[in-house]
Amino acid sequence: MIGLNFVYFVSGLTFAACAFLGLFDNSSGKRFGNFIFWGLLSLSMFAGDSLGDFGNGVLVLGLVAIAGFGLLKGPTISSIGVAQKQESAAKFGNSLFLIALVIPATALLGTFLFKQFPVLFDGKQVTLVSLTLGVIIALIIGFLKLKSPIMVPLEQGRRLIDSVGWAAILPQMLASLGAVFALAGVGGVVGDIANQAIPNGSLIGAIIVYGVGMALFTMIMGNAFAAFPVMFAAIAYPLLIKQFHGDPAVIAAIGMLCGFCGTLMSPMAANFNLVPAVLLELQDKNGVIKAQVATALPYARFKYHFYLLVCFLECWKRF
Amino acid sequence: MWVLLGIFIIIVGFVLKFNPLIVILVSALVTGVAAGISPVSVISAFGRAFNDSRYVSVVWIVLPIIGMLEGFGLQERARTLISNLKGATVGRLLTGYLFLRQITSALGLTSVAGHAQTVRPLIAPMAEAAAMKQKGPLTLADKELIKAHSAGVDNIGLFFGEDIFLAIGSILLMKGVLEQNGILVEPFHLSVWAIPTAIAAFLIHGFRLWRLDKKFKMSGEQK
Repeated sequence: MIGLNFVYFVSGLTFAACAFLGLFDNSSGKRFGNFIFWGLLSLSMFAGDSLGDFGNGVLVLGLVAIAGFGLLKGPTISSIGVAQKQESAAKFGNSLFLIALVIPATALLGTFLFKQFPVLFDGKQVTLVSLTLGVIIALIIGFLKLKSPIMVPLEQGRRLIDSVGWAAILPQMLASLGAVFALAGVGGVVGDIANQAIPNGSLIGAIIVYGVGMALFTMIMGNAFAAFPVMFAAIAYPLLIKQFHGDPAVIAAIGMLCGFCGTLMSPMAANFNLVPAVLLELQDKNGVIKAQVATALPYARFKYHFYLLVCFLECWKRF
Repeated sequence: MWVLLGIFIIIVGFVLKFNPLIVILVSALVTGVAAGISPVSVISAFGRAFNDSRYVSVVWIVLPIIGMLEGFGLQERARTLISNLKGATVGRLLTGYLFLRQITSALGLTSVAGHAQTVRPLIAPMAEAAAMKQKGPLTLADKELIKAHSAGVDNIGLFFGEDIFLAIGSILLMKGVLEQNGILVEPFHLSVWAIPTAIAAFLIHGFRLWRLDKKFKMSGEQK
């Protein structure tokens, strides 16, 4: 069955290519650091399931050691000049877009189509599988249509991933940290503290602490998914639902969206805020967050009023 | 209480600008040990979670094809297209993308677009070209602002669209947590409540993009 194994295999190949290209390029004198970092990531993709939990942990220690001691090569400037790019842009015109659009188009089609063949494709992973297929198809069309030398995607892809650097695994690291926090019971402690902040019997107090707590805890964890179970169990369930008889569906949905506001403002939400800043070569690494804060805050305020309205209507219905 | 030390380490680490990977690992170790878990078990737990969340790092496989197309002038072509398009402004372009991203996310197609797939190769250069049409040559600060907004539009469109889709992670998580507390809800009831906030997000962010548009238009007219 085609599922995550296929996706991880292709990812493993991609990172292996980065590793070997890094080994043969000694412009920065950091060839071994690059080789080991991308090589370990490639190993994780190929064989993570057979390394065992502790083996994977040691692999992470290796990745962190290389990144942490600055053994990774920094970004390089493209070997292809602007004039050459403009010339080829004029030559190939919109077919460049069409190739780029092959990826989302395949992801779109595949998501619907592959679900019809549950024997062949893992139904839960169709989107990632289709995305991977889209990348492969786009590469093939690119080679045929643009007559690209085989090394161009490898070299350029490596240049891009080098410019992302260790930030490439930051989202995955944060997700793993969340798992350790859950194991250690951090959520329960945070929930208790939030609970103590509410004045006794105050509906508005409970709403504010629940909403603000969701946003703040999400900012710390970088992920609303980690904050939601905690805040729900600590405040929403005992107070908003049991004591004030709020509608659970509304409380859950709006609480989660309060968490999303936290994500928009958090440097811990690396894949949404820091990685794009690196990818777009922003000088201010917090630029994306700054562009979002002015939407997240008024939005949260809107939600607070909306929430109050729903709660009052709810109480009013009861009388 | 001591388990909160990990959160404290994260905050201090970010403020002092240590390498985040080291900060994360130290925080995990401290938190685990504070909770009475042995360091070896913490490393195992971390390794297991790292392995389980590999799908997060799969997105980088798009970089070779994006790099190839950029080498053949994709960004340059995107700029040319926008400068030849009448009526293309930075605000309209980004609002259009926000709308598309919200709609596709609401249909569950969250991986169709993204920072690596669409923002870097297409949206950011297009937005820059549109702003250049309005204002003339752009300063470095202008470019930074436009790029940051291109990334922001993608995030906002994704976050406040995906919750409308029934089978997305956040809806399933809410359903699961509610069930643990003995409350049964249909995913549909959860996603319905995401619609008013999705509209509000579009209006609020659309308004901000309109103001961004005005800013570039006005500085263009002053010249």
